[in-house]
Amino acid sequence: MTDKIFTKDEWLERLGGVKGDYKVFVPVKDGDFHMFAPIDSGKKPDFSYQNTRLSPKGLVYPQSERIFEYSLDKQDEDAFIVKEAPKDYAPQAVVGIRPCDAQAFQIVKINFDNKEFRDPWWVQRFESSVLIGLGCNEPCDTCFCNSVGGGPFSEKGLDALLFDLGDAFLVRVITEKGQAFVDKVGGGAEAAQDAVDKAKRLALEAEGRMTSKVPTDKLKDKVVLDLFNAPFWDEVAFACINCGTCTYLCPTCWCFDIQDEAYGKQGDRLRNWDSCMYPLFTLHGSGHNPRDKKFQRVRQRFMHKLKYYVDKYGDGVQCSGCGRCVRYCPVNIDIRKVCARMNAYEG
Amino acid sequence: MRNPYLPYPVRIDKITTETVDRNLKTFRFVFLNPEDEEKFAYTPGQFAELSIPGKGEIPIGIASSPTEKGFVAFTVNKVGLVSSYLHNMQEGEVMGIRGPLGNWYPWDEMEGQNVIIVGGGFAFTTLRSSIIYMLDPQNRPKFKDIIVVYGARNPGMLLYRDELAAWEQRDDIHMHITVDGTDDPDWKYNVGFVPAITEKKITSAEDAIAIVCGPPIMIKFTQPVLEKLGFPPEKIILSLEMRMKCGIGICGRCNIGDQYVCKDGPVFSLAKLKKMPPEY
Repeated sequence: MTDKIFTKDEWLERLGGVKGDYKVFVPVKDGDFHMFAPIDSGKKPDFSYQNTRLSPKGLVYPQSERIFEYSLDKQDEDAFIVKEAPKDYAPQAVVGIRPCDAQAFQIVKINFDNKEFRDPWWVQRFESSVLIGLGCNEPCDTCFCNSVGGGPFSEKGLDALLFDLGDAFLVRVITEKGQAFVDKVGGGAEAAQDAVDKAKRLALEAEGRMTSKVPTDKLKDKVVLDLFNAPFWDEVAFACINCGTCTYLCPTCWCFDIQDEAYGKQGDRLRNWDSCMYPLFTLHGSGHNPRDKKFQRVRQRFMHKLKYYVDKYGDGVQCSGCGRCVRYCPVNIDIRKVCARMNAYEG
Repeated sequence: MRNPYLPYPVRIDKITTETVDRNLKTFRFVFLNPEDEEKFAYTPGQFAELSIPGKGEIPIGIASSPTEKGFVAFTVNKVGLVSSYLHNMQEGEVMGIRGPLGNWYPWDEMEGQNVIIVGGGFAFTTLRSSIIYMLDPQNRPKFKDIIVVYGARNPGMLLYRDELAAWEQRDDIHMHITVDGTDDPDWKYNVGFVPAITEKKITSAEDAIAIVCGPPIMIKFTQPVLEKLGFPPEKIILSLEMRMKCGIGICGRCNIGDQYVCKDGPVFSLAKLKKMPPEY
C-alpha cells in the first residue's frame, strides 16, 4: 500500500466529512491538558499535542457504563429481571492516538477477550473502533515505549499511522480496517519519495530522543515469592498517598467495580473503573482485608503489571510505557525505577 | 456466546432459618425459565453470584448438590448490603443468579480415596453439597470412607441440623460433630475446637484427601494437624473467599498473585497455595 499525503488543512476538513460513517474522536485542548473529544464537539482539533492526560482507554472501555437495566415495579411482568441495556456500537475512529495507547489496547485485550470468557461490551466497542495513530516526533522525557515492545512510531495495534511532516501528514495504512477509513476520508495525494524519506528520518530521530531505558528482561525468571517478599516495598510505597491517579490515567489498568443504582421503580447495573489503590477494593464482608496496608496495595499494582501479568500470559509486561503515571504522580513514584529494581533484585 | 454477566432469573422458593442467631438462612431458588436449570450445570465446590436488582451481587458457595434436582440452594450469612436485603426478602420474590462460577473440589482425584471433610461454622455450605453428592447411590461406590469433622461455636450455630442428625444414623459416613462449648446437658456429640477433634478422630492419611473449609483461624490450626498425620500439601484442599465482582477473572479484584480466586479457584491445594503470595 502506498503512503498518502495530506496538507493539514485538507486532512482536518476531510475528517469532518466522515462523521456520517464514523464517530470521529480527535485530540483537543481542554484547559491546560489535552483530551480526546468528538470532532464536532466545538473544540479545535489539536494534533500538535504530546499526549492526552487521560488515556483514550475510555473510548473502548468507558469510565462508567450502564450494562443492564431492570424494572422494580411489581406491577410489571418482567419486574426484577435483569436485561441488557441498549448500546450504540456504530463505527468510531480515534484519530491521533499515540502508539503507546494503541499498544495498550493489545495488552488488555487478553483480559477482556480470551478462550474462557469474552467481555461483550469491551469486545464490541473495540471491534467497532479504528485506531489512526500519530507518531511521536518529540517523545516526552517520561516515556519508555521502546523498552516495553513499542516505539514512538510503532505500528503495533494501529490501523493506520500519521507522520507529522510539519505542514502535512503522511498517512500510512496498516490494516484493512485502516484502509477502509482512509478511503472514506478520500482526497490526499500519493506521497512522493522525499516525503517518505522525511517520515523515516523523523521516526529515527524520535527513537534517538528516547532517554528512558527500562530493563524488563529478567522479570519472568524471578520467583514470584522472592519479589513479593523483597525488602524494598515499604520504601517504594513510603510517599504514596493511595490517590489512585496512576490507575485511572493508565491505559493498561482494567480493574472495575459493578454497582446497582435504582431510581424510583427503574434500576441500572453499572460498571465503573476501580483502583487497587483503595482499601475497599479488597475488603471482605466479614471485615477481613487481605490488602489493608498501603504498601500491600502499592506492591499489588507493580507486581500485577510487572510480574503477575508477565507470568500469566508470557507476553511481556502490562505497561505500554506512556509515562503518565510518572508524570502525574503527586509524590513522584516512578514505575521505571521500580521496574529496574524488580528486574535487578536477586532474592 | 451468552453474556457471562447476565444473571438467570429465579424465584425464591423456600427460605429456612438455619441458626439460632437468625444470621444464616438457606435460600432455595427455582429457575423462572426451566431450560436455565440445565445451563446452570454445576459441580460441588463451585459458587455463584446472587444478583438482586437494585442492590447488587454477592458471591456465595452453592449449598445444594447437582444430584438434587429442581432447585439450587445457598446458605447466606447476613453481613452487608446485599445479604441483609436478601434476608428480608420473601418466598415468591424474583431475583437472579449468575454462574456456576469457579472450579470445584478435585472429584477425579478423590475417586477411590478416603475423603476427610473438615468444616467450621458457616463455611459448611459447599461441604454439604459435596456430602449429598457423595452419598448419592450413583456416586457412593466411587469413594472409600467418608469422614466428616464439623464444628460450630455452639449447637445452635450448626447448619443443616436435621441432615447432620440423619447422617449420624448412617453407616456409610462417619460424622464427628463438635461445638466449641455448650451448656446443653443433653448434647450428645463432641465438645472442642475443630483442630483438636480432627487430631483425635482422624487416624490416618493413607489413601486420603482432606477438604478443609472454615474460618481462617480454624484453617490455620487444622493444617499442622493434617500435616502431622501425614497428609502431603497436594492432598489438603482448601476453598478460599475473596471480595469479587465479575466472577469470571476479568474485573481484576480477587487476585492472589497471578491467580484469580473466582476463576482459577476458589478451590486450591495447599501445595499450590504455598507457591502463591499469602495475600488472602
